[in-house]
Amino acid sequence: MYPRAFHYHRANSLKEAAAMLADLGDDAKLLAGGQSLIPLMKLRFASPAHLLDLNFIFGTSYIKEDEGNIRFGPLTRHAEIEASAAAGKVPILHDCAAGIADVQVRNRGTIGGSLAEADPSGDWATVLSTLSTEVRCLGTSGERAVNLAEFIKDAYTTALAHDELVSEVVVKLPPKESGGAYLAFKRSAPVYPTASAAVQLTMDGDVCRDAAIALGCVGLTPIRAKHAEAALRGQAITEKTVVRAMEAARNAADPQPDMRGSADYKRTLVGALVKRAIQIAARRARGEQVELSHIYS
Amino acid sequence: MPDSIENISIQLKVNGKSYSRIVEPRKLLVEFLREDLDLTGTHVGCDTTYCGACTVLMNGKAVKSCTMFAVQADGADILTVEGLEKNAELHPIQKAFGDCYGLQCGYCTPGLMLSALQLLSQNQQPSEKEMRKAIAGNTCRCTGYQNILKAIQVAAQNMKGA
Repeated sequence: MYPRAFHYHRANSLKEAAAMLADLGDDAKLLAGGQSLIPLMKLRFASPAHLLDLNFIFGTSYIKEDEGNIRFGPLTRHAEIEASAAAGKVPILHDCAAGIADVQVRNRGTIGGSLAEADPSGDWATVLSTLSTEVRCLGTSGERAVNLAEFIKDAYTTALAHDELVSEVVVKLPPKESGGAYLAFKRSAPVYPTASAAVQLTMDGDVCRDAAIALGCVGLTPIRAKHAEAALRGQAITEKTVVRAMEAARNAADPQPDMRGSADYKRTLVGALVKRAIQIAARRARGEQVELSHIYS
Repeated sequence: MPDSIENISIQLKVNGKSYSRIVEPRKLLVEFLREDLDLTGTHVGCDTTYCGACTVLMNGKAVKSCTMFAVQADGADILTVEGLEKNAELHPIQKAFGDCYGLQCGYCTPGLMLSALQLLSQNQQPSEKEMRKAIAGNTCRCTGYQNILKAIQVAAQNMKGA
């Protein structure tokens, strides 16, 4: 399958890329990992007149730790994050990176591209919305930091202006006694999940001091299940509180029926994922090593 | 459609040999390999980033060549199934796939062998779980995967110390 013909451009720096975007106008698209964009172009759902390839820009792939933050270069590949020390330290990042599609896609796909695409079934936006995350947006008039919750506006819609690009993703390291887990249910590795749940807990002994719960693939954007979080906050993680959070999460979901399942099915599914993710997050917060992989039907 | 598309000149290494070619930007890497270089061992299966039949190694990493443009491989080192054998000797992975009946129709085999190669070049003694994870992006509709896993395991043993 061939996409429609397009003009191909390369930038030498992110700054130059932003300037080129401004010049080329609305009909230009950025090419990062290409693992969503290229299939969309082949199916002709997307037919940009100009494709601006970011892959030849030096120094856009990195994972740095400083001042309590982890900084990801926009073109850092999922596979690089999977193998990183940062992911070893923050298990939810490993769950996410290691669970995206398959080896081949993880070798190409990027964290910046995933956020900029804002696919409702994407993994990174769901996971990173349980951590304190800032997306740095670079445009011709400078760089600004946008909180992830404000960055993702709607399905496939972000706060990026047409001459802006993601220049860095900054994630605050969670405090001590924190643990997280990200769990998705998929038909097979290469496909998007049917539903997913990200849970990040901070414990104070047996009591949950803080909780962030985000649901993926069951709304137009990742959904923060605020009532589910409230059901855990200040409570011990017991069967009872977990069930309460699970029920609240089901109610927070807003799934669309599609070939992956009915709305009811997805609602039930996301509740079960939240329940398991809470239990694993709580164990990890206690310092347990829990290996986790997504569930395949 | 934009008019007067400028074709792009690329240089890359495929199976150790250097090539310079001029390509249309929309030409996919798999089609470049098959049509421009006549390396038809790399297959097009689903053409939708699912099946992995088009898997090649780019700078040692497995990629789906149907989900990359040839222009993106400019400057890269590509390995396809044709580059596995050396001096008319099959690669240990190729031998193991044959010995273990790790294939039936063979359509997915080139992609699977390259996924196996990325795994074994990073991990000489993979567990079954690691092997399964490494080939999760390669679909085989014949074998049920059991003999493929056996083949990778045998290849791992034979490649040790090689």
